[in-house]
Amino acid sequence: MTFTQVLFLIFAAIILGSAFMVVTTKKMIHAAFWLITTLFGVAALYAMLNAGFLAMVQIVVYVGAIAILFIFAIMLTRKDLRDSDTPLNKNWGVAALIGFLSFGGLLTILNNWTGLLKEAPELSSGMDTISDLGVALLSPNAYLLPFEVASVLLLAALIGSVYVANQAKSE
Amino acid sequence: MQNPWIYVGIFVLVGLLIPIAAIAIAAILGPKKPNAIKQSTYECGIETVGDSWVQFKAQYYIFGLVFLVFDVETVFLFPWAVSLNSLPLFAVFEGIIFVLILLAGLVYAWKKGMLEWV
Amino acid sequence: MEFWKDPITTIFDSLLKSFTSGGMTEDLATVLIYLIGILAFISFAMVLDIFLVWVERKVVARFQDRLGPNRIGPFGIFQPFADIVKLLIKEDITPFGADVVLFNLAPIFSLMSVLLLWAIMPFAPKMVGVDLNVGMLYLVAAGSIGTLSVIMAGWSSNNKYALMGAFRTVAQMVSYEIPMVAALLVVTVLAGTMGAVGIVEAQEAVPFIILSPLAFLIFLISAIAELGRSPFDLNEAESEIVAGFHTEYTGMKFGLFYAGELLHSFTFGGFIALLFFGGHRLFGLENLGPLVGALIFMGKALFFYWVIMWVKYTVPRIRVDHMLAFNWKFLTPLAFILLMVTALVGRIFLHSPWLAPALFISNILIAWLTIEYLKSHARKERDQAEASGSAPATATQH
Repeated sequence: MTFTQVLFLIFAAIILGSAFMVVTTKKMIHAAFWLITTLFGVAALYAMLNAGFLAMVQIVVYVGAIAILFIFAIMLTRKDLRDSDTPLNKNWGVAALIGFLSFGGLLTILNNWTGLLKEAPELSSGMDTISDLGVALLSPNAYLLPFEVASVLLLAALIGSVYVANQAKSE
Repeated sequence: MQNPWIYVGIFVLVGLLIPIAAIAIAAILGPKKPNAIKQSTYECGIETVGDSWVQFKAQYYIFGLVFLVFDVETVFLFPWAVSLNSLPLFAVFEGIIFVLILLAGLVYAWKKGMLEWV
Repeated sequence: MEFWKDPITTIFDSLLKSFTSGGMTEDLATVLIYLIGILAFISFAMVLDIFLVWVERKVVARFQDRLGPNRIGPFGIFQPFADIVKLLIKEDITPFGADVVLFNLAPIFSLMSVLLLWAIMPFAPKMVGVDLNVGMLYLVAAGSIGTLSVIMAGWSSNNKYALMGAFRTVAQMVSYEIPMVAALLVVTVLAGTMGAVGIVEAQEAVPFIILSPLAFLIFLISAIAELGRSPFDLNEAESEIVAGFHTEYTGMKFGLFYAGELLHSFTFGGFIALLFFGGHRLFGLENLGPLVGALIFMGKALFFYWVIMWVKYTVPRIRVDHMLAFNWKFLTPLAFILLMVTALVGRIFLHSPWLAPALFISNILIAWLTIEYLKSHARKERDQAEASGSAPATATQH
């Protein structure tokens, strides 16, 4: 095993373990912090792939904004910050079965997919990936429309949250 | 050793190690004589009433939402800012439109009174 | 001679040679040298931090017309060592009902988030930890780890004041991140790169303070808010919520929060120097060698650290609603307008000798228009308040 593979296994174990803790821990806040651990693990995987921009976006947006919003929401709504009964209900067997089936399905599909074994082309050392990303985002025959639509989507999110908050206030 | 993030990874490890070492040394050197008064919640000498959970303003959440929208926006703007000089002039206007759409959202929230701390 | 021109690479190469000659693979040797280098680097940062404690106490004493520490050593310079010994042998108290794991993790993450920033600090051309091409986003990401540590500390302490302080801090840090990032975007537009080394190189001819003085002001204000220093120290407003999120912390854990705050201020001083004041440059003195450049950089960082202290001990605390209104209704729109104007003017005058004057004049114009708008707005509100006879306190909000 190479150094990179060992690192990948460590991060994969962290991601899976903390994701498991998110759904099984009883304290809501702990679930949020385990989720943050998962997000950091994913960011580390991006960094291992030398995708620094994605790794930083993962931390800035998911850890810095969304996770904080989760924690705000938990603290604003729950007086008792823990689940009183067990996080499992009687359907856990079926859920586990479905989980294993989808895992097996994915495994077979990915095993037969040739794209999995493809090696990424070497990047030339002088290449600035961020600059290329910007050019791709802003060229009309590349991703200009999604770029502008993203801003409209964000506007819609903002207006939606303002509308909902206004309704809550008037009630 | 092409990946600069290995350096950052080691930096994170050492950055965790140094404060952990500081706390560990303090734990070894310091006395340990806990008692009920010492460990009670500090509220300027007054007995604590109720649990530590207090009702927060929903306003915090609104500001969090507005922040989230602008945070995602700035992430989109960084590639734009980096590649600006190698792009034609209309790329600047694309970015400006992007910002203006979101500033319109900020003005909307402002006019609806969402930015007031009530 | 080679050493003085490029000390880091010289040391790196000689260590690599001696390691690989012992039969080690090159990758392992590199990782090991990184580890040694980073340990030395962070130890240097921590020693600097100890020195900063003394600077802070001495300067605040002078601002308040006192002497400050003056007993231990010349000018009391060994005072912080006595402080450390005291912090180390103090009892560590964990309050009842505290979440022990998170309670202990919070100060660790708080200091780590600050130390992480040092990885990308370019002290001199070849004296930089790592030149990430996403440098500015890295700065923001490390800041969000700091935010996280505040929430951890506030929640795990099981204390009303700590929780309130944490909420205030997070609301403030999160809000002021937006104008700060917008100011960073302005710098990125001017430099054409996000990497710290590239930004310093781009200031070869003109430092960015001249190209965009407004961005500097916005960055300074939001940096002070991000640091939670006065006038934005609502998170530890002593008269209202004891000490904010670190109310329950004692001994070394409190020490880590305190050290983190001081080092954070100094680090932001460094970032101001590198973003707006040309990093290691000072009238050609930097040509003497990278070590001189690094000294100049540290001097600039110390100067802006002093500026932040100056503001801290001069300006009184502002109210929470004013703090948020100032950010969302003034600083954020201003920062984004500045970003749009800078991008437009910078692109039109690209490669022309008029770039610097055009940018400077556009900055002055924006500042003047803003002040005029604020004046007319304030007049309107004053007239309104006088007409309705209400208290003038509400008229000052904008």
